[in-house]
Amino acid sequence: MDSYDASESTPRQSTSSRPEDYFIGATFLQKRLESVRKQTSFIPTPPRRKIPHCSQLQEDVDPQKVAFLLHKQWTLYSLTPLYKFSYCNLKEYSRLLNAFIVAEKQKGLAVEVGEDLNIKVIFSTLLGIKGTQKDPEAFLVQILSKSQLPSENREGKVLWTGWFCCIFGDSVLETVSEDFTCLPLFLANGAESNTAIIGTWFQKTFDCYFSPLAINAFNLSWMAAMWTACKMDHYVATTEFLWSVPCSPQSLDISYAIHPEDAKALWDSVHKTPGEVTQEEVDLFMDCLYSHFHRHFKIHLSATRLIRVSTSVASAHTDGKIKVSLNNLVK
Amino acid sequence: MSVLRPLDKLPSLNTATILLVGTEDALLQQLADSMLKEDCASELKVHLAKSLPLPSSVNRPRIDLIVFVVNLHSKYSLQNTEESLHHVDASFFLGKVCFLATGAGRESHCSIHRHTVVRLAHSYQSPLLYCDLEKQGRGSCQAQLKRCCLQEPQLPIPR
Repeated sequence: MDSYDASESTPRQSTSSRPEDYFIGATFLQKRLESVRKQTSFIPTPPRRKIPHCSQLQEDVDPQKVAFLLHKQWTLYSLTPLYKFSYCNLKEYSRLLNAFIVAEKQKGLAVEVGEDLNIKVIFSTLLGIKGTQKDPEAFLVQILSKSQLPSENREGKVLWTGWFCCIFGDSVLETVSEDFTCLPLFLANGAESNTAIIGTWFQKTFDCYFSPLAINAFNLSWMAAMWTACKMDHYVATTEFLWSVPCSPQSLDISYAIHPEDAKALWDSVHKTPGEVTQEEVDLFMDCLYSHFHRHFKIHLSATRLIRVSTSVASAHTDGKIKVSLNNLVK
Repeated sequence: MSVLRPLDKLPSLNTATILLVGTEDALLQQLADSMLKEDCASELKVHLAKSLPLPSSVNRPRIDLIVFVVNLHSKYSLQNTEESLHHVDASFFLGKVCFLATGAGRESHCSIHRHTVVRLAHSYQSPLLYCDLEKQGRGSCQAQLKRCCLQEPQLPIPR
């Protein structure tokens, strides 16, 4: 239960006292908060995060729908609030987006009006993928290829998937006015060209803006700690870290693989307060790994940049790519 | 173990000495070069050190300002700074120490949260400056701010 939600809530824009606040550093809201903080000479306390318990929302989740979100690599984007988006018009949006994609793909070619491009666009809501009741519902956009033979009415292959969600967005939702739907996280899987076309349509239709979401080393170390903290019956993959050493002319990558049970044992020895993860614990966890590596190889990993974290629960790369491997809900 | 004290030597006439402490040589060198390019009323000397304590065998003038350079991309530089701070006498912190954080511009490469350095500077009651040497012109801006620190050594700069 915890593992799925924990991994979902990590790459999130939220302006509560969580470390991932500082993810999307340049948003307007962030700048506004920073200026307020400066005026009151706010001295920040070390961030702590609660391990989320979202038991009541999980009943709404459809295991089938959610299961297909696993084992796929998602590219992350952050999204500004959507203007005048309505969950009642999903069919309408499907139709419009379909027409747009067809038009875009046929640009520059001699066109015959008709259903040449065998694609179908589907908008659907994803119930239960949210942090609190106040969060707007997540929704999913899929591009399917239509079957070539008209007699077979089967659903075709999924060409592209993208979904929008908002998890624990309480403090952001307070500042957003009624006409806006706030779904700041967008995850896409599929061809880049499709992502670009769909992004353009959303930007035109809902006056929003997409920007690629990079995950910095600070947040990756938090993810590593929180995913290692998840209790699991059996581990399917080793826990792996990848660091990039900044040296010229070619950068050097250092990969460090640990047996997941050892990583969990290390985390348990570091972790003090149940139900909460603090900055000190994360730092200590990572420092243990660094000092162990230094003892053997005399290399200071703390001077390098963490670019990838991979655990049995999920993996994340600094370029904004994540893959969720585990869903305890299916049990 | 030698501790740096602010008043253990006589001051040199019309000269100010700045000590830059940081793990990255190239960065310190760049910063020192940009500082020396600026026009200054008095003569400016810049010393570079990887960490403290400094070797006692070398004959050096009295240090007027210590700048701890922390690279936000590297946890190692923060740890190095924290260890070096133990070798500085408490009276240095009356306006003769300054923290400089670099690399805040590339958020995606940051391993340390900016607030960690803010808390560090706050606990040592010393000013914190941000600098991005990758962008031209900023280096000289920081050098000018440091000049302000030197001219009024007893007054901590309000943040």
